Amino acid sequence: MKVARRRFDTLVIGAGGGGLRAALQLSQAEANVAVVSKVFPTRSHTVAAQGGINAALGNVLPDSWHWHMYDTVKGSDYLGDQDAIEYMCRAAAHLVYELEHAGVPFSRLEDGRIYQRPFGGQSQNFGGEQAARTCAAADRTGHAILHTLYQQNIRAKTHFFDEYFAVDLIKDDEGFVLGALVLEIETGEPLLIEAKTTLIATGGAGQLFRTNTNAHINTGDGMAMVLRAGLPLQDMEFFQFHPTGIAGKGMLITEGARGEGGYLINKDGERFMERYAPKARDLASRDVVSRAIAIEVREGRGCGPDGDHVLLKLDHLGEETVHKRLPGICEMARIFLGIDPAEQPIPVYPTAHYTMGGIPTDRFGRVVVPVDSGEEAIPGLYAAGECACVSVHGANRLGGNSLLDIVVFGRAAANDIIKFLRENRYHRPLAQDGVDAALAHLARWDRKTGSESVAALRAELQAVMEEYCGVFRTAEVLEQGLDKVLELKARLDDAVLTDHSRVFNTARIEALELENLMDLAVATVTSALARQESRGAHSRVDFPERDDQRWLKHTLFYREGRRLDYKPVRMKPLTVEPFPPRERVY
Amino acid sequence: MRFRIYRYNPETDTAPRMQDYEVEGLEPTMMLRDALLRIKAQDETLSFRHSCGEGVCGSDGMNINGRNGLACITPLGELKEPVVVRPLPGLPVVRDLVVDMSRFWHHYRSVRPYLIVHDPVPEVEFRQLPAHRDRLDGLYECILCACCTTSCPSFWWNPERFRGPAALLQAYRFLADSRDQETESRLDELDGPYRLFRCHTIMNCAAVCPKGLNPTKAIHAIKKLMVEHAI
Repeated sequence: MKVARRRFDTLVIGAGGGGLRAALQLSQAEANVAVVSKVFPTRSHTVAAQGGINAALGNVLPDSWHWHMYDTVKGSDYLGDQDAIEYMCRAAAHLVYELEHAGVPFSRLEDGRIYQRPFGGQSQNFGGEQAARTCAAADRTGHAILHTLYQQNIRAKTHFFDEYFAVDLIKDDEGFVLGALVLEIETGEPLLIEAKTTLIATGGAGQLFRTNTNAHINTGDGMAMVLRAGLPLQDMEFFQFHPTGIAGKGMLITEGARGEGGYLINKDGERFMERYAPKARDLASRDVVSRAIAIEVREGRGCGPDGDHVLLKLDHLGEETVHKRLPGICEMARIFLGIDPAEQPIPVYPTAHYTMGGIPTDRFGRVVVPVDSGEEAIPGLYAAGECACVSVHGANRLGGNSLLDIVVFGRAAANDIIKFLRENRYHRPLAQDGVDAALAHLARWDRKTGSESVAALRAELQAVMEEYCGVFRTAEVLEQGLDKVLELKARLDDAVLTDHSRVFNTARIEALELENLMDLAVATVTSALARQESRGAHSRVDFPERDDQRWLKHTLFYREGRRLDYKPVRMKPLTVEPFPPRERVY
Repeated sequence: MRFRIYRYNPETDTAPRMQDYEVEGLEPTMMLRDALLRIKAQDETLSFRHSCGEGVCGSDGMNINGRNGLACITPLGELKEPVVVRPLPGLPVVRDLVVDMSRFWHHYRSVRPYLIVHDPVPEVEFRQLPAHRDRLDGLYECILCACCTTSCPSFWWNPERFRGPAALLQAYRFLADSRDQETESRLDELDGPYRLFRCHTIMNCAAVCPKGLNPTKAIHAIKKLMVEHAI
């Protein structure tokens, strides 16, 4: 079948902070770059990040990149790769200054330097006093960064394909990735984008769960494309539940609220985090705080008529601080709860938030797969941001490290792409088989027979994932969950669209998204069932301890046969001494 | 609850029409977006943009009972029935509630919405005093939902030449930034009878902005800057 074609040096799929940071670097290097995004770039979910971006600037309290590295390794429950973490923490300050120079309206200290606030899991001096490492633009840091990066891309004349949905990667027989088949949403027409390199920066998959902090678009499309291309996903069992989503609704209330001095109370008014994390209290790591809230509720100390949440108290901070430092939160509380947090506490509960796992990459953003002697890069394929697993977050991401991750590895990937382009000057011949397969995938939704509805299956999938793959897990529950997810996936084969029109057919897009979510649900539950230990966000009631002997390793999941494989954690940093696994207390 | 929704699919419809829907089990605290999602679950041919569900991504601007707003932060309890939902006015309709935003983006890009600095940058951050940073409040928070521009009669009358409130708010966001070094040329570019001066202080923009911003005030500030620079 014939399909329209465009050719670029390099293709970026996804226009959140990771994709845009990479695109900016590439455009500035005068590469011919195409950015494909299924929504207009400033709609990307980076826009919703609130609290800030970590960098050891030391503007408020003493700090060093090495302490940041220690906190990140510890926060990851030692599953993070220490070479990548060192790279990220060392690069952080430079990249934050770069963002500031590009126009990000950071909040300021009296002397005009960037405002920094304390966040969870941060310490001075390798586990000492609380640090203040999170650079903030009020509580709208993601919005400020995303808009600035988009604006600078306008300046750099990056080529945007707004509202184009990426369907599948195109690979040739030698394993080179040659671009992607995309769908122009407005016309419903497929388009083949040929490129010497493809960077996937499509974000996370929070839509796997019913109650989540994520946007509707967070369906893990890039990760699922990688699975369909026969490549593995790494550490998918590690999904972060943010301690403070608005109870029952899911909207995020930034950790910055606790960074500014807010704290959690149960129905007795007790500041319960003191029992779970005597030193860091409300600023312990997110996995620790989320479990604590879930336990409080389970043991009958929850608030409200149903005892199903706890309260985040901010009213003691004074109206000035609350309204000045957390204006977005105030707006959200007013709209969705009808309250002013400066006067009344916010009902909160742990809510699905962040995909720690993803496409396995090295610290250059190259997608890597295991070979006999180690790892090998897939030529022409890159990933960065939440869809990637470098892994800098390991089993639990620290707040403020996701915005950092996207700019650090967006840029790193772009730098390696520039090198790759120098060494690979010409487009490789197109693999028509790959194009045909992608078109066939798309054509599946033209079928006019079937009995299942996409919306209903999506709702069922989210409910199953929430119930069977949540904060606390056991083999029994996960096994049931896996059966249910596989059954849903089988039913997806029988799904049919009632709308077969071409122009801006969002039903078709949602069907493609559901296929992606389905594969990711299988990857998540399968990986979770296999990992018989508790580490970071993966909390197995039947295996309550961390087991470094057996499980200090990364999971790899392959779609074909739901095969699992494992690879070692890179414990060796670039220049400093490793941080060996230790008991993790806050 | 009863809804009356603008429908148009260029593949099958010769003209737009209004379609009635009845949705059961909605609560007054639910948002219009929740209702639209229920409707879409029944009738998947209805197309509209939406994403974050909390008023920060700017996708779901639409005309709700005659007033522009974001579906995801408009509580159903505040709406009179039947709730009449139309696409944003003043832009071509692609399908149903989806409008073609090209012209809106064109004006946005035209104001050079990015920081321009010519001096060598320091190895650390630029110093910006809190009082200077405060000038960006009420400007940088714009989510580009287009509610303001598409509610502006001056934009309806001169959509090609008047930049519109959203783009002008962004123009001022950079004029107001103590770090930016293109004040003169930015002001020059906005001079003339149309780009800026078609604003007649009707103030629909400020009335509808879902983020509580005030583009009219920003436009006034640009005019004031022009006068200051002229003398």
